[in-house]
Amino acid sequence: MAEHHGAHHHDHEHDGSELSEAELRVRALESVLVEKEYVDRAALDGIVEFYEKKVGPRNGARVIAKAWSDRQFSERLRSDATTAIAEFGFTGRQSEHLVAVENTKDAHNLVVCTLCSCYPWAVLGLPPTWYKSAHYRSTAVLDPRGLLASFGVDIPEATRIHVWDSTAEVRYLVIPLRPAGTDGWSEEQLAQLVTRDSMIGTGLPLDPRDVPL
Amino acid sequence: MNGGHDVGGMMGFAPVLPASEGSPFHEEWEGRIFALSVATGALGEWNIDAGRYAREARSPLDYLSSSYFELWSKGLLDLVLSHGLATSEEIAQGRSLEQPKITKRGRLLASMVGSFLAGGTPYRRSILTEPLFRAGDQVQTKTYNPRGHTRLPRYARGKPGTVEIVHGVFVFPDANAHYESEQPHWCYSVAFRGTDLWGESADPNLRVNVDCWEPYLAPG
Repeated sequence: MAEHHGAHHHDHEHDGSELSEAELRVRALESVLVEKEYVDRAALDGIVEFYEKKVGPRNGARVIAKAWSDRQFSERLRSDATTAIAEFGFTGRQSEHLVAVENTKDAHNLVVCTLCSCYPWAVLGLPPTWYKSAHYRSTAVLDPRGLLASFGVDIPEATRIHVWDSTAEVRYLVIPLRPAGTDGWSEEQLAQLVTRDSMIGTGLPLDPRDVPL
Repeated sequence: MNGGHDVGGMMGFAPVLPASEGSPFHEEWEGRIFALSVATGALGEWNIDAGRYAREARSPLDYLSSSYFELWSKGLLDLVLSHGLATSEEIAQGRSLEQPKITKRGRLLASMVGSFLAGGTPYRRSILTEPLFRAGDQVQTKTYNPRGHTRLPRYARGKPGTVEIVHGVFVFPDANAHYESEQPHWCYSVAFRGTDLWGESADPNLRVNVDCWEPYLAPG
């Protein structure tokens, strides 16, 4: 029976006993759903490839770099992020309704989804493992400052922390503070400083001295 | 439901620290179940809220001891069986034993994937009601414990807050997850003080915003 479960793109067959319960369940679902023509196997390959290769945090980095460089765009991003981000062609699933929240000297923003794993896919790609973990989801709303310290990000006690729990279909993107020492940098150069974590709020942009120009 | 998914404020989970990750999928089956969930969702038999509910409507022990994509596989299996796309016998044997049913929408073909993903599914609706609240209004979240799906976490129930953003009118998950039509309602970002959520010992400089549909709120 195991060979019927095997998705034929595998380059080797597993003995059933090596497979986890989850992997067996997924193989059975795929086999049955493909055979009954509910699902096109090539479409599955396309979906995986899209989220592995075509979207990711480089999209968001371009948005942030433009916001740092272009005051009018920054205003558009803060007033209607969905429309402003669509100017880049970044639209779609799990980014249908976007809100951008800006860090200031006095306030640091942090994004979480305590109930599942909501995340702005079109600008950041799919969420990383830690974002989906029970640890992050449980702690981000209760003790974000301690959580950030454990991630190596020290937010001074006087700095307010604003946590955004993504409980609806609105997805949040953090606009980090533009690092000092970047006057005259191009958008392309600035984008190199913008990390995925800085757009979630669990990190800060890179230090410009660490980036080769 | 007050399920294992509603973890905000719980303690004691093992830390998972940020790391640079290449693929969002660590094993091949994770990508497959993700793609299967997207592709079967396109058939229109269920909606995003029913999909979330299928993952969370289980014993908290099951939820919290399952890996992330394992939960997706359990949720999708439940949906596939309850909507009659396959029988448990078919899943057990890993092959088709019955004729497929007619689905609301057709199969997602490979050529449609790009436009399907870039199009997304908007959840904002146009209805001609005025919002009950405006930015700056004081509100109080309701205390309730529904057996079905809801998106107001337990930590934010029965709490005073301030409306910060009026997001617009959105599909109401509490109804939509149970196929009781979309029942769109106004949705707001409500700001809560850390001390109101967690008590006097909480960080005085903490504010937590939760997106709340109007039925979750009463005037404060």
